[in-house]
Amino acid sequence: MPADPTERRVLVTGPPRRTRRAPGRPHRPRTEIDEQTTLGHTYVRSLMRAQLRAALTVFAVLALLVGPLPLLFAALPDARRLEWAVLGFCLYAPLVLLARWYVRRAERNERDLVRLVEDR
Amino acid sequence: MNPSYAVPAVALVVVATVLVGAFGLRISRTTSDFYVASRTVGPRLNAAAISGEYLSAASFLGIAGLVLVQGPDMLWYPVGYTAGYLVLLLFVAAPLRRSGAYTLPDFAEARLASQAVRRLAGAFVVGVGWLYLLPQLQGAGLTLSVLTGAPDWLGGVIVAAVVTATVAAGGMRSITFVQAFQYWLKLTALLVPALFLIAAWQADGAPRHAFEEPAGFREQRIVRVDDRVDLKLGRPLTVTVDGTVDGRPHDGTRLTLPPGTHRIERGTELTFDRGTPVPAADRAPGGALAPSRAESREERPLYATYGLILATFLGTMGLPHVVVRFYTSPHGVAARRTTVAVLALIGAFYLLPPVYGALGRLYAPELTLSGDADAAVLLLPGRMLGGTGGDLLGALIAGGAFAAFLSTASGLTMAVAGVLTQDVLPSRGVRHFRLGTVIAMAVPLAASALVGGLPVADAVGLAFAVSASSFCPLLVLGIWWRRLTPPGAAAGMLVGGGTAFAAVAATMAGFPGTGAAHALLAWPALWSVPLGFLTMILVSLATPGRVPAGTAAILARFHLPEELRTEVRTEVTTP
Repeated sequence: MPADPTERRVLVTGPPRRTRRAPGRPHRPRTEIDEQTTLGHTYVRSLMRAQLRAALTVFAVLALLVGPLPLLFAALPDARRLEWAVLGFCLYAPLVLLARWYVRRAERNERDLVRLVEDR
Repeated sequence: MNPSYAVPAVALVVVATVLVGAFGLRISRTTSDFYVASRTVGPRLNAAAISGEYLSAASFLGIAGLVLVQGPDMLWYPVGYTAGYLVLLLFVAAPLRRSGAYTLPDFAEARLASQAVRRLAGAFVVGVGWLYLLPQLQGAGLTLSVLTGAPDWLGGVIVAAVVTATVAAGGMRSITFVQAFQYWLKLTALLVPALFLIAAWQADGAPRHAFEEPAGFREQRIVRVDDRVDLKLGRPLTVTVDGTVDGRPHDGTRLTLPPGTHRIERGTELTFDRGTPVPAADRAPGGALAPSRAESREERPLYATYGLILATFLGTMGLPHVVVRFYTSPHGVAARRTTVAVLALIGAFYLLPPVYGALGRLYAPELTLSGDADAAVLLLPGRMLGGTGGDLLGALIAGGAFAAFLSTASGLTMAVAGVLTQDVLPSRGVRHFRLGTVIAMAVPLAASALVGGLPVADAVGLAFAVSASSFCPLLVLGIWWRRLTPPGAAAGMLVGGGTAFAAVAATMAGFPGTGAAHALLAWPALWSVPLGFLTMILVSLATPGRVPAGTAAILARFHLPEELRTEVRTEVTTP
């Protein structure tokens, strides 16, 4: 197997699903590492927690940004131009910025973990 | 609209699609190429392909039409379509790619090791895919008949034939190029005419009353009512009538209609004076391309708005043609970066439909009454610019609209055919994939011929609501929650997705007529999404013994960066 997994070509064919597999023996894609150790568990759990925290932070910002808008527009029925401007043109840039912030954060979380594992 | 320009434009788009597809075919050699483009599609190409696939007829024509008829509240649709990708990025993108599965059923099986859940997910994918294909085919028919007067079914048949041929011949590799090409085509087809239209608007003194409510006529305008319509008047309306109003025939009579509801018969010509506000037509407006359900919006606008937001924000991640695309990224990091690029591309595109909607309110407000609001985007260049220039720009838009039908239909067909080939047809291989493609397209084509006049428009909204209540809980809990069990996942999908499906199907069938119950059924996402999540969690907690044995290993595979998979192995095998 090559050292860089990104260059591996993966063939996505497999045995026919309905004909060849015996019932009761579930098929499961092969994982390449044996993570069933305490060490592997700790790494994975800490990474998942960090990633979930980043995701929930951005999601909360999104909810705070978007959630009050319908109420606001309902409370100000005369502010039609504001509604046009906000919904038509002003929301897309914050969405992209939130996405970029999240990606940077998620990639940093992953790099931190890689560095941690390699340093040991 | 002048068909002598529009027909060549549509033909050119079809030919270009086939040619770009054939170019992909030359380099589509292996089965892996066929299904996932060998997972070597870089972020930029893949992002353009995802965006090209995602921007359907509802985006290209429907949003402007809805905004024209119902005002800025309808701009929540494009916002939701875009924000759905942000939610997808946050919770799903990278782990989904790292799961190494190809379709949603593959994901369900990999995570839960259960054939039953796999089959259930497959059934939902096929159902949602067909629901979404139906309006694409009908929209193509509508566009072609507006442009050329061709019969309604012809556009759908053309789209079905081209898509089946391209997908069956070239598979995913070929489709990737086609989709990327069509994103830029669609953006150009809306952007260039928009620039000319804005220039014309500036030259006209930049009138601003488009943003007022309701829209008004800028000049004396004769409106021909193509279908019987009920006008709801809040204040008296003075109008010249040539035809039948409230059962009484008039011949060029000037009338002042009192407030209340007035029935205008088919074929009546109304002449409105300058400055008259456009009366509200009481008929499912918005036309055939985007979800309508206007009447329930009036009863419960806030509830409906929040229902729409929830369905689009959470439903995007479960759309079958969106999900398949992520497997073509080379790794999880690329999948994330691709999603950011998609957000930017889609956000840029969605700046344009509101422009058409606002200009439509200024220059073509009568489309509200004549029932052709979806044609606003197609008709504006001719209306505002006129002459050969207007015809050419109109033809460009027509080509872009056809690109929209072709690209979304291709992606959906690809996803549905993938599921059919893997789970329904007896054996696998490229030949059976081609058979699956034909079946995937034949069913919605037959359905669109059968249900012709029914409001299948709501199918797009239905697809989002069903996807948000079934696949969103499956993906989010499957990726982030260790205690998910196969019975929990199956129960959650059935209860959430099933009730959402039943609710909207009941609304489309016309039951019940009015009231809060109607609003609850027409916008099910607000209760069906929590219901799906809750069922999945409670049933999983009730069946703790059924947590699949390898859950920890699978979750590690979902979340660990690719380079670490080998690192951890050396770490743990050499103590």
